[in-house]
Amino acid sequence: MSNIMLIVIGSVLVNNYVMSQFLGICPFLGVSKKVETAVGMGMAVTFVMGLAALFTYFIQAYVLVPLKLEYMQTIAFILVIAVLVQIVEIALKKISPALYQALGVYLPLITTNCAVLGMALLNAREGYNLVESVVNGVASALGFTLSIVLFASIRERLASSNMPKWMDGFPGALITAGLMALAFQGFSGLI
Amino acid sequence: MSAILISVLVLGALGLVFGILLMFANKVFEMPANPTRDAVRNALPGANCGGCGFAGCDALAEAIAAGKAPISACPVGGAAVANEIATILGLEDMPDRVRNVATVVCQGSSDRCLNKFDYHGIQDCVAATMINDGNRSCKYACLGLGTCVRACKFDAIHINEKTGIAEVDPEKCTSCGACVRACPKNVLSLQPETVPVRLLCRAAEEGHLVSDNCKIGCVGCGICKDACKFDAITMVNNLPVIDLSKCVGCMMCAESCPNGSMWGDFENRLIAEIDRDLCIGCTICKRNCKFDAISGVLKQVHEVNEACTGCGMCAQKCPKKAITMHVREHARDANAKVGTAPVQPAVPKE
Repeated sequence: MSNIMLIVIGSVLVNNYVMSQFLGICPFLGVSKKVETAVGMGMAVTFVMGLAALFTYFIQAYVLVPLKLEYMQTIAFILVIAVLVQIVEIALKKISPALYQALGVYLPLITTNCAVLGMALLNAREGYNLVESVVNGVASALGFTLSIVLFASIRERLASSNMPKWMDGFPGALITAGLMALAFQGFSGLI
Repeated sequence: MSAILISVLVLGALGLVFGILLMFANKVFEMPANPTRDAVRNALPGANCGGCGFAGCDALAEAIAAGKAPISACPVGGAAVANEIATILGLEDMPDRVRNVATVVCQGSSDRCLNKFDYHGIQDCVAATMINDGNRSCKYACLGLGTCVRACKFDAIHINEKTGIAEVDPEKCTSCGACVRACPKNVLSLQPETVPVRLLCRAAEEGHLVSDNCKIGCVGCGICKDACKFDAITMVNNLPVIDLSKCVGCMMCAESCPNGSMWGDFENRLIAEIDRDLCIGCTICKRNCKFDAISGVLKQVHEVNEACTGCGMCAQKCPKKAITMHVREHARDANAKVGTAPVQPAVPKE
């Protein structure tokens, strides 16, 4: 149990995927102009990462390891994630058009979110069992959601503040992201 | 060798299984097809640029098919795409709409408008404006350093090498307004693409304050206001303001402007033509002509002379619809005299 707790705290705060491992920076910068869409993106990523952790565990444990094909991890996992995102998209379109509309273009974008692939690869490297893998998947996605929502809130405030012209927009956002990453370094002694 | 084979086989098998999975998912969650939306989607450029304000081409196609967006909503595709969509939706053709284009409201080319000093700083209008309002003598003039050119994403603005001021290519302009926002001099504005006359000067000063700086600047004399017989022009800040709802396109303001700051579309100027078979000689057109361009006596075919300005009042008033307007072939002659054509008796068609 304490093992699970450690994974959760580790993934959400200490080894936050965006802030200390620098994974998933693309959606972090691209989809963080409004808190609303940031929350949507976070939810979609959480959903996909939980599922991806489950499926990549099976692929790893029952296909790649027995056949001694661990070096094909990256390609196999990308395949799994891409298919997963596609199925989720098709299913959402039918089951919940409202959610599909809300997630919009971000859903297919998760295919190329390196946080998802990074999570799958890290699970395999750490040798997590099934429960640990899924917990790590969901927890790191929650960590991603936490940082993107915080970042989006700050950007909303920045947008209405009086920034110098040359700092307006992306330059300011990048500096903000850097300062946030520094702040997250404060968690590094937690575990 | 076997290692390669195994990896290829395993990945191939994985891909196949996933493919079949996807196929089933597609079958299970099949959406009811919407042929209209799909056809509209195919007609759109598919760049997903978001220029229309919707989240990509799919969303716009959905909105257009549902009638929530105009068929001309795609700024990139322009008229061609709009017409294609009109065909898909079964509309006759694109409904008439006033297409705006960015217009350079300055004719102060280097030979007409002087320079206050030689500018050798950063080649950007914003930077140049910071130094004593720019180097042109007229503080309203286009600086021609290309801030608008860089703001335009559609390659529609260029600085004319000869005149040194910006020029818009109306074909490429999508009226996105990026150049209007970028110009520190407010020289650019979005204006309807086809208008008969257009004031191409922003100098709000009067008389020699303008003419000392620029040969083609508007001095605020008000001759155009007096020349307009339709009360479409008012003088605001020493500049004529044209009320396009009142303008009938006679172009008298442009013709009378002593400096040439009022531009007129003289190539497309109209002239009235009276159908001899339909005219019954009622003199209504003659009485309604404000330019003495129609002559004739009661019960005889009326005649239009070269003084016609193409305002179209006669065509509007003619009870027999005997007057048509068409583009004139040679320039208007204000002193044209009537009676050059032989008078023929009108044939009443009752």
